[in-house]
Amino acid sequence: MAIEIDDHQQPSVELSKVAVSETHGEDSPYFAGWKAYDEDPYHELNNPLGVIQMGLAENQVSFDLLEEYLEKHSEASSWGKGASGFRENALFQDYHGLKSFRKAMASFMEQIRGGRVKFDPERIVLTAGATAANELLTFILADPSDALLVPTPYYPGFDRDLRWRTGVKIVPIHCESSNNFQITPEALEAAYSNAEAMNIKVRGVLITNPSNPLGATIQRSVLEEIFDFVTRKNIHLVSDEIYSGSVFSPTEFVSVAEILEARKFKDSERVHIVYSLSKDLGLPGFRVGTIYSYNDKVVTTARRMSSFTLISSQTQHLLASMLSNKAFTENYIKINRERLRKRYEMIIEGLRSAGIECLKGNAGLFCWMNLSPLLDEPTREGELALWNSMLHEVKLNISPGSSCHCSEPGWFRVCFANMSELTLQVALKRIHIFMEQLRSSTLASNQDYSGCRFLVLQVARQPI
Amino acid sequence: MTRTGLSRTRSSEEATAEPTTMRVIVPLQGVVQGRGGLVLGSVIPCALFYFLQLYLRRRNRSAPIPPPAPEDQLPEVAVLSRSLSRTHLSPRGSGGPTYVSGRASLVAKSGDSPCDVGLRKVSEDPYDELRNPDGVIQLGLAENKLSLDLVRDWMVENARDAILGGGRSGGEPSIGGIASYQPFDGLMELKVAVAGFMSQVMDKSVSFNSSQIILTTGATPAIEMLSFCLADTGNAFLVPTPYYPCFDRDVKWRTGVEIIPVPCRSADNFSLSITALDRAFNQAKKRGIKVRGIIISNPSNPVGNLLDRETLYSLLDFAREKNIHIVSNEIFAGSTHGKEEFVSMAEIINSEDLDRNRVHIVYGLSKDLSLPGFGVGIIYSFNENVLAAAKKLTRFSSISAPSQRLLISMLSDTKFIQQFIGINRERLRGMHIKFVAGLKQLGIECIKSNGGFCCWVDMRALIRSYSEKGELELWDKLLKIAKVNVTPGSCCHCIEPGWFRFCFTTLAQKDIPVVMERIRKISEICKSHS
Repeated sequence: MAIEIDDHQQPSVELSKVAVSETHGEDSPYFAGWKAYDEDPYHELNNPLGVIQMGLAENQVSFDLLEEYLEKHSEASSWGKGASGFRENALFQDYHGLKSFRKAMASFMEQIRGGRVKFDPERIVLTAGATAANELLTFILADPSDALLVPTPYYPGFDRDLRWRTGVKIVPIHCESSNNFQITPEALEAAYSNAEAMNIKVRGVLITNPSNPLGATIQRSVLEEIFDFVTRKNIHLVSDEIYSGSVFSPTEFVSVAEILEARKFKDSERVHIVYSLSKDLGLPGFRVGTIYSYNDKVVTTARRMSSFTLISSQTQHLLASMLSNKAFTENYIKINRERLRKRYEMIIEGLRSAGIECLKGNAGLFCWMNLSPLLDEPTREGELALWNSMLHEVKLNISPGSSCHCSEPGWFRVCFANMSELTLQVALKRIHIFMEQLRSSTLASNQDYSGCRFLVLQVARQPI
Repeated sequence: MTRTGLSRTRSSEEATAEPTTMRVIVPLQGVVQGRGGLVLGSVIPCALFYFLQLYLRRRNRSAPIPPPAPEDQLPEVAVLSRSLSRTHLSPRGSGGPTYVSGRASLVAKSGDSPCDVGLRKVSEDPYDELRNPDGVIQLGLAENKLSLDLVRDWMVENARDAILGGGRSGGEPSIGGIASYQPFDGLMELKVAVAGFMSQVMDKSVSFNSSQIILTTGATPAIEMLSFCLADTGNAFLVPTPYYPCFDRDVKWRTGVEIIPVPCRSADNFSLSITALDRAFNQAKKRGIKVRGIIISNPSNPVGNLLDRETLYSLLDFAREKNIHIVSNEIFAGSTHGKEEFVSMAEIINSEDLDRNRVHIVYGLSKDLSLPGFGVGIIYSFNENVLAAAKKLTRFSSISAPSQRLLISMLSDTKFIQQFIGINRERLRGMHIKFVAGLKQLGIECIKSNGGFCCWVDMRALIRSYSEKGELELWDKLLKIAKVNVTPGSCCHCIEPGWFRFCFTTLAQKDIPVVMERIRKISEICKSHS
């Protein structure tokens, strides 16, 4: 706390533990990289030597489709229906949300899953983003000091979203590269026992499917095992399916909803799905998230608690017609998938030709890159040293696996959908040269990455 | 738990909405009425009655809720009646129902207060002059519909361009600007526009600095965020009563922070006394509860009082002496309609150099700008550490970018805003005068109010017994027979029974005679009974 200078020389007024805690995690490398980018952002013309942001999972590949829709359907953004449209939409902010919007969300979620499942709009609770949805569910499912089991590596934001204000703990389910980081029953049991040994009550498992940062869907058999596990332990399952619309091939994603339908909803009251429009539709600025719960009590409670995180009725109105327009959404989903797949192939090929392998992925806005062969020492410190040079010498902000609590050092998450193809090529070129320089003996011997200082200049001079 | 058993008897909305305590006490009335001799019939039953009421009241109040046992069967919540979904839910799997947290259980139980019941009744059977003239008239919601037409007209004209920017630049609609991640605590342009609006609406008596503003999706999360930042679990805020019923939700639900009510009395026109604050603070201290701050509302809801300069200075002195925070909820600052001048806490602090770190103002656009569906709340703080913490917390409740763009455009349309503020105030004043006059004609008085959307109405003459029970019986009659939804004082934690909050801003002027007629009928029924 800043020292106050005042006449009374009394102790300055205190803030709470939540206010001063570090659990917001904004001092970790994950966020430090963003700061470096903010200070020196790459721009094709104005700042070609700047930091390229590859640490932000944002989808900018399909904006044109949205713009085209909005141009054709301008009544969505105005109150074109006149008095009646306005009246029903601008009135008292009810935490139920606009019915038309909930229907639209349910329908969109069904379409993403190829119509293989049905979603009931009455079970949809709206929140201002998936961040809020995950926190809200944590408030509901667990008491302070209880825990959720989360498979590693996981989205760094969970440390904050699930723990900060809720007082709930995360106990990791360790996953390893030897089986492509898949979740195993042994790992689940080990995590549970671990928690028990620390006298911590486990209230649920939270999975992200498709996974962030792995960029891969969870296989059906694994989902079944996870569901059996949570049923045996009588705990909850939260499935964050925020990237479900960003799977490159329509047949490879299995939602937990499909598992439940196949089992005729037996034991389904422990399952809750989180979704958002931030990734699939590339609209993180809209702050649209949702909880879909198969548990009545959770739906009612979540709905009431959503008073703290409402989506403006105007935004709901704006999106409702767009998401109910089946022709538009079908087309969008298809084209978005294609473009993401193309980007993915581009980056994988680019990395491969530089001698870097990635985990085989099939979804998301990023790839999971293996730089462990480059580490000086197979430790977190070794990884952070490499990350540091990637940031300051190669000028790429990528996310180190340790921020994602990966148990094996040397893995990095690299985002590819938040930039133009041209920028991606510049980034790949920089990586190429970096790898070439590393292979040259002088650098390899003293693991001194400082030679890379001139790397970006070299890239800037080269034709793409 | 006994409470669960009691709750089960009230499984549907058809049941009278008396609080749980009443159902136990009513059977005792026979005993209390003196059957069984002087001592047995009156003294002992009275004592039992008194202690039971005390016990139940204490338990119903804000005692920390222990986490329920996993087998806790909460009553069926009437909200979900979708048979389709129900068929999707199977009988319980192994090990009984899955656990929900203590916090969730608290929230799940919360849906049956008179406020909630009233709102439900209105939504099921809303009054409409032509289509449903016998429906329930809403007087229980502090939302401003008086000037919706002005906002609507502006929107129809400007919304599209405001959001997508196509018209302005003359090009095609562009989504890039609003689609990407924005700063969670709001666009700087909006903060600047809001700072300007706040100043305008407070008659330029004070200027606001946009760098001290945090924006979020409503005053509700704003209050909750401040609770999280200024107090730890188990600490408390002093709040003068009667207070806005939802403070219980905003301050307490997820934070574990307590509210200590500081009673204000009709004898003082329900105005705040520092003596009462001091007493409450000391009592809390004795009970081992750490008070971290005071939450005042100015103009107040439900009474409509304005705090004068002297009181604000005294409050600051008090907070300084106890080294605690002041949260000033000024959400109705632009909705004053009396002759008294509104003084913001910001004005007081601006003239002082000391103690800025303990003052935080909450504001919002839904009241003064008649925009409830938009959800814009403001934390205005003089404490940079609070601003830093609150800024990080806004990630959980960040305003949608298209809405921000729309608001930037609207608030920057100074001609419109100037006109709006003027017309809105006039309509508010007009409604207030007519409504109060209408009640006066029925012999019903209100506390003289200078701001806000409601009247604090004295119905003590019409309640059968001078008690919460009597008050709720009248509330029930008003809802079920007169078909007007009003807020009973007990929901606002008023210590004197018989006071009600009537909001008049959801009405049109022509509805007033209808309302008054219905109240008159109830008034006659009540008078004929006594």
